[in-house]
Amino acid sequence: MSLARRIIPCLDTDGARVVKGVNFVGLRDAGDPAKLAARYDAEGADELIVLDIAASRDRRPTFLETIRQVAAVLAIPLTAGGGIRSLEEARSVVRAGADKITVNTAAVERNELISELSAEFGAQAVVLAIDAKLQKSAAGLCWDVRVRGGRDSANLDALQWAQRAVELGAGEILLTSMDRDGTQAGFDIALTSSISGKVSVPVIASGGAKTPEHFAQVFSEGAADAALAASIFHDGAQSIRSLKQFLAAKGLEVRFPC
Amino acid sequence: MSIAVIDYGAGNVASVERALQKLGVTPERITGPEELPGASAIILPGVGHYAAIIRALDTQNLRTPLLESLSRGTPFLGICLGLQALFASSEEAPLLAGLGLFSGAVRALPPTVKLPHMGWNRLRILNPSPLLEKISDADYFYFAHTFAARTTAETSAATCDYGEPFTAVLQRANVFATQFHPEKSGAAGARILQNFLRLAA
Repeated sequence: MSLARRIIPCLDTDGARVVKGVNFVGLRDAGDPAKLAARYDAEGADELIVLDIAASRDRRPTFLETIRQVAAVLAIPLTAGGGIRSLEEARSVVRAGADKITVNTAAVERNELISELSAEFGAQAVVLAIDAKLQKSAAGLCWDVRVRGGRDSANLDALQWAQRAVELGAGEILLTSMDRDGTQAGFDIALTSSISGKVSVPVIASGGAKTPEHFAQVFSEGAADAALAASIFHDGAQSIRSLKQFLAAKGLEVRFPC
Repeated sequence: MSIAVIDYGAGNVASVERALQKLGVTPERITGPEELPGASAIILPGVGHYAAIIRALDTQNLRTPLLESLSRGTPFLGICLGLQALFASSEEAPLLAGLGLFSGAVRALPPTVKLPHMGWNRLRILNPSPLLEKISDADYFYFAHTFAARTTAETSAATCDYGEPFTAVLQRANVFATQFHPEKSGAAGARILQNFLRLAA
């Protein structure tokens, strides 16, 4: 008996609609958030993440309304984020129905945001998102933390940042490979295993998923606690139920809704 | 039937309300002691830090009336921190006195596993409980916690194993509690809430 590996669909939204793109650019419409959320819940998603990738101030009320609509149809946990910069903004996201908050750029710029959120909502509600990009280095593989939607370098080592964030009170790491995101070439196993093996909190692997084999790999070789994907689920190219059947046949513990 | 949901400012109160509404029940949100005696059942949802729930129960003057309702036999369901609050104390805030309905301290899960215990896990059902009707060892429930109550043969209706066995479902007479979040546990969680509502009817 052990903890099931989680499958987490991610809804990237422009506030109101689900959008998708490759390597954070070239966005196109992929549907209504609440409709997709209800479908994923019924198919056996273990959790859902809704991100506001536009994250502009004037669209924030629209995004909060999206969270309310998604939360209303879900019977599974909901994580929300994108552009959260303060405790007050996090409160409004939680009040709208999110169980967990994810932070990224603002936490890099002001580390105390993590401890403030953790003190208010508990570590289990604070998900640090890290966008990591491989950097050539004489010392071996290392990953640079990218901020502002992947545009800029934070000049931080991803592993060190993950460990620091856990000390500050993050309860989970959402780890996206910028090199793999949108490529459908598979999760970055080296990145995932090197972070997951060295932090004491669960790690959600993200970026590059296409086939069920990719998921099996990131769980067994990447030591991921959860795996996230977006477009393959939105397209209907991969159903969550058949993905879980594949994983169960590989001996990985997964949950089937009943 | 009036179901009181105690609101001490925890994040999951609205989730619990939504889950109950899906079952056809509109609960009453309670922030003070006045409405407690009239409730036909009481739910205490909680999430976050042990100190927050204990301090809030005291500042909102809920401690004594809640304990009185429980001793009168009002069906009670504690969720997550709402389970932990029933114990005498917790390692998470050692100086604060819990409700003390159950003896012993809530402790951190061992550091041999990743913490928080986050995600879907199964139960080992030890004792038959009306809360666990139509629930089996094959069902998964959503957990999100770092601290847990140790198991006892008398009061643990079900345990869960993560690093070590701990109390997943607590029951003594009219007092029920789950360490997991039934409001976030899909169809299996809805069955738990339905079972509790049946007790309250």
